[in-house]
Amino acid sequence: MVKISLAAAAVLLALGFPLLFSGPFPLHVAIVTLIFAGLGVAWNIMGGYAGMFSFGTAAFFGIGAYTSTWLSTAHGVNPWLGLLAGGAASALVAAAIGWPCSNLRGHYFAIASIAFAEIVRTHFNNWKLVGAAEGLMIPIRDGGLRVFQFNQSKAPYYFIALAFLALALLACRAISRSRMGYYFRAIKESHELAMVLGISFVRYRLAAIMIAAFIAAACGTLYAQYVLYIDPESVLILSVSVQVVLVTMLGGAGSLFGPVIGAAVLVPLSEITRAQLGARGTGVDMILYGALITLISVYQPKGIWGFFAGGLPRRKRPAPQPRLEPSSPGVA
Amino acid sequence: MSTPLLEVKGVTKRFAGLTANDSVSFSVNEGEIVSIIGPNGAGKSTLFGCITGFHRPDAGEVIWAGRDITGFKADRVCRLGIARTFQIVQVIADMTVLENVMTGAFLRHPRRRDAQRRGLEVLESTGLAGRRDQQGSALTIADKKRLEVAMALATGPRLLMLDESMAGLTPVELQEIIALLRAVRKTGLTLVIVEHVMEAVMQLSDRVVVLTSGRKILEGTPAEVVSNPAVIQAYLGERYRA
Repeated sequence: MVKISLAAAAVLLALGFPLLFSGPFPLHVAIVTLIFAGLGVAWNIMGGYAGMFSFGTAAFFGIGAYTSTWLSTAHGVNPWLGLLAGGAASALVAAAIGWPCSNLRGHYFAIASIAFAEIVRTHFNNWKLVGAAEGLMIPIRDGGLRVFQFNQSKAPYYFIALAFLALALLACRAISRSRMGYYFRAIKESHELAMVLGISFVRYRLAAIMIAAFIAAACGTLYAQYVLYIDPESVLILSVSVQVVLVTMLGGAGSLFGPVIGAAVLVPLSEITRAQLGARGTGVDMILYGALITLISVYQPKGIWGFFAGGLPRRKRPAPQPRLEPSSPGVA
Repeated sequence: MSTPLLEVKGVTKRFAGLTANDSVSFSVNEGEIVSIIGPNGAGKSTLFGCITGFHRPDAGEVIWAGRDITGFKADRVCRLGIARTFQIVQVIADMTVLENVMTGAFLRHPRRRDAQRRGLEVLESTGLAGRRDQQGSALTIADKKRLEVAMALATGPRLLMLDESMAGLTPVELQEIIALLRAVRKTGLTLVIVEHVMEAVMQLSDRVVVLTSGRKILEGTPAEVVSNPAVIQAYLGERYRA
């Protein structure tokens, strides 16, 4: 009952947000929050469920943004088609890089993901075809849903971002309840165990990376259409990847809504403190941000979602152990 | 005589100068329980690894139901019907007992509902039904070992290979798992077990294979093996030779 009313309140708040806060800044913060929540869901599938700790999400985000933007500016391709093309390109790149990395575990995978993302960034920084370091500008034209561009208000972007997030969450939920989701969690626990259960961990790791890459790329197209300007420093930079990891870890990796909660807390905090305090150059915004991250990690290592999961009667307490245990005299 | 279910022919495995398995051969017939015993470092776990796809033998062949599966990867070996457990117990810590078993059952039952039904059946037959909602990490060692066997069974194998599933159990727990393995065999499964607990080996095995320093030194019934001077020497040393 508590859960249902909480969920209903969250959905109502999400749908009514543009009515409550119609100013450009709150809506901007909300859109950026939704985009990072979407990226968090993508990361969560490979990092939270399948245990592949990646610092390379920006590469997929950037490839999505660049593909649709380049296709639309250079060839007049509709951005919605560009979104699919970007997702496909990103998933292909993910497969190409994921294959040789499929045996890398833990920290080594994380290191490889940083190297990969930085190579992609450097490459785009020097790639004349896509504007190199200057990036790409999307010309303003008559807006509308068909061309994925809105010039009167930010509200349509907000609702599209909300729809993207809802789709990503539905996909994540479907995966987590399917064979694939169980296999991801087995692989996260141990490659050896996964193999003796008949799981080809190479195949399932690739699937996780490709799904994550596709979702992140879709977020990239959305970001590009919203900001109308992309360059390597905005969409391919390491800080984006790190932010995605923080959002998911602090919200609760491996739980469906963890990334959403993490984004809802962290992104407004970082955007607001930056807007209020960042301009002074004192770094106060970063100090506050860092303090919050530290607090959550110390008091709830499972992330903010851990407070919800722990606080609600989700599961019965384990039954008392009837089996003989000589070491514990309290058990009859 | 019909072809054996599993044939190990001259399997040799070397690790940087150490010969862990030296031309080991034995076979297992359908429905048998065969134990592999030997002192620490005899190469039992390596042999397990060679059969189940964790090591690629340097020489020799592993024949499964008439088919050469030498060097197949572990997940493929499992799909062909050989399930195994580990010397150091492995379960998925943040899954419930039922979810753990379902992960195994998904191999032959891709749909969630079918996997769940199969998982519940396996839990029932392995005596874990009462623990279905407990986290894997919350189980006692004995129950973790039982769960590991249940996960292996859920993959629908013809051959179950257990690597020291009975080490460190209390006498009561030991008898429980022996009873479980007997019941498992009654369902038509074949078992190969690596075991130090001689009580279990004596009670369960049809045949025993003895390894020492990577070589097979003997094969026979449990009674033959324990009275053999070479086995006593391998276990207890030269001075105790009868």
